[in-house]
Amino acid sequence: MTAVSTAKRRSADRHAVAVGLPRWLWIPAGVGFGLIALPVLGLVVRADLAGLPEVVTSEAALAALELSLRTAAISTLLCLLFGGSLAVVLARSTARGLRLVRPVVLLPLVLPPVVGGLALLYTLGRTGFAGRQLELWFGITIPFTTAAVVLAQTFVSMPFLVVSLEGALRTAGERYESVAATLGASPGTVARRVTLPLVLPGLGSGLVLAFARSLGEFGATIAFAGSLQGTTRTLPLLVYQEREVDVDGAIALSLVLVVVAVVVIAVARPRAAEGLR
Amino acid sequence: MTKLAAVLAAAVLVLAGCGGASGSPGARTLTVSAAASLTNVFGELKQRFETDNPGVDVRINFAGSSDLASQILAGAPSGVFASANTAQMDKVVAAGLVAGVPQIFVTNRLQIAVVPGNPTNIQGFADLARPDVTLVVCALQVPCGAATEKVEQAAGVRLDPVSEEPNVRAVLSKVTSGNADAGLVYVTDVASADGRVDGVGFPESENALNSYPIAVLTTAAEPELARMFVELVRSEDGQRVLKAAGFGTP
Repeated sequence: MTAVSTAKRRSADRHAVAVGLPRWLWIPAGVGFGLIALPVLGLVVRADLAGLPEVVTSEAALAALELSLRTAAISTLLCLLFGGSLAVVLARSTARGLRLVRPVVLLPLVLPPVVGGLALLYTLGRTGFAGRQLELWFGITIPFTTAAVVLAQTFVSMPFLVVSLEGALRTAGERYESVAATLGASPGTVARRVTLPLVLPGLGSGLVLAFARSLGEFGATIAFAGSLQGTTRTLPLLVYQEREVDVDGAIALSLVLVVVAVVVIAVARPRAAEGLR
Repeated sequence: MTKLAAVLAAAVLVLAGCGGASGSPGARTLTVSAAASLTNVFGELKQRFETDNPGVDVRINFAGSSDLASQILAGAPSGVFASANTAQMDKVVAAGLVAGVPQIFVTNRLQIAVVPGNPTNIQGFADLARPDVTLVVCALQVPCGAATEKVEQAAGVRLDPVSEEPNVRAVLSKVTSGNADAGLVYVTDVASADGRVDGVGFPESENALNSYPIAVLTTAAEPELARMFVELVRSEDGQRVLKAAGFGTP
């Protein structure tokens, strides 16, 4: 993908004949869309819209929403810091053994989140091998704290950022970077002026995915952090608990999550992800 | 491409069909919706029922009572509903889905689950309020949480738990994993933990006995089988199995 070929393709695009899609593709595509959209519609239809403001502005709901946004934001930052570095290493380093690292990094994608939470609990919990040392040396216990919520969210969300960013780095290739370096740019300048602009869309969509996944995190959080208002009870945990007594309330709270997710994706996605094309 | 799509579609249909087609043809099936705390005992009663009634296949759907009630109200085909509290059974009764009147078949009471050996030396309910005790309880929305609050009021003790879990099993697992010093669970949960926790009883639990009602549903495909299963649960044999698991008699 050189500058010349990109320019050529752009000019060719203007004269290109639209190829069109095979018509049958619309059927499975429509089924796929329906499978996702219809249940959300079902949620909206079932919602008691008159009682919604009262449920959403209750003390428990506001505390949960605030905690969810705060922890998801911190988790996304941690994903950027650690997952971003990991993606660069995976995409650019030629160190041996990295082929074994990638599958491990992707594990949280396939592990049921509850299992992830148990794994965290048996590692960083009071009886876990790392948790016991933390308590012994620093007097720190992690389970049942907001830090546990953040750790659980970061655990399940990081692969989304790693996959997006590593893919973007590989697609961008190293050719522009080499050219910039031969022209005398320092590694820092290359990273800032060449690599970062190229991978920005991939990084952006990775961040959106990581934030959205953190916001919806349930299984790992309940297993590792527990559930207490203002400390560990995020919005998904409140929804799960509320449906025991008040299904309408649970649905109203779910709609809050849907709205937050839609806003995040609508604000960030057009610039970030669709810029990939 | 069309061929591939056809193969995929066929595969999906075959796989989806497998779920419904298991079990021998002509077998009679009874579906039971039972509270999660009944998992062990109803598993045993199911086997007894199937031995006593050859050709009958009992399928038990174990879940939290409120989830079961929601499923039944939404039209899930079930013959028997055994709930861990009367509130959820009342919902199903109010919807006109219960044939006859629900019967209380067992009671359950709270007990303190502690780490084996009781290293934090918890002797009674009041000890749970000690600041050095990491305590986990059920959320107010679930029956064990409601019972916990009743006991708190009766004992005049304010608890300060580090977590209010969504179900009693989650409370138990926080204690078995050693992350909490103590948890308020049911006697039957302590009994089912096989020594991974010790139980500490307390007299105030008398104030919050949980009653388990059982009923035949109007949606039963085979009402006769459903009635027979309820009879087994309430029979002397059934009560013996329930008592062995720690349940109380109504």
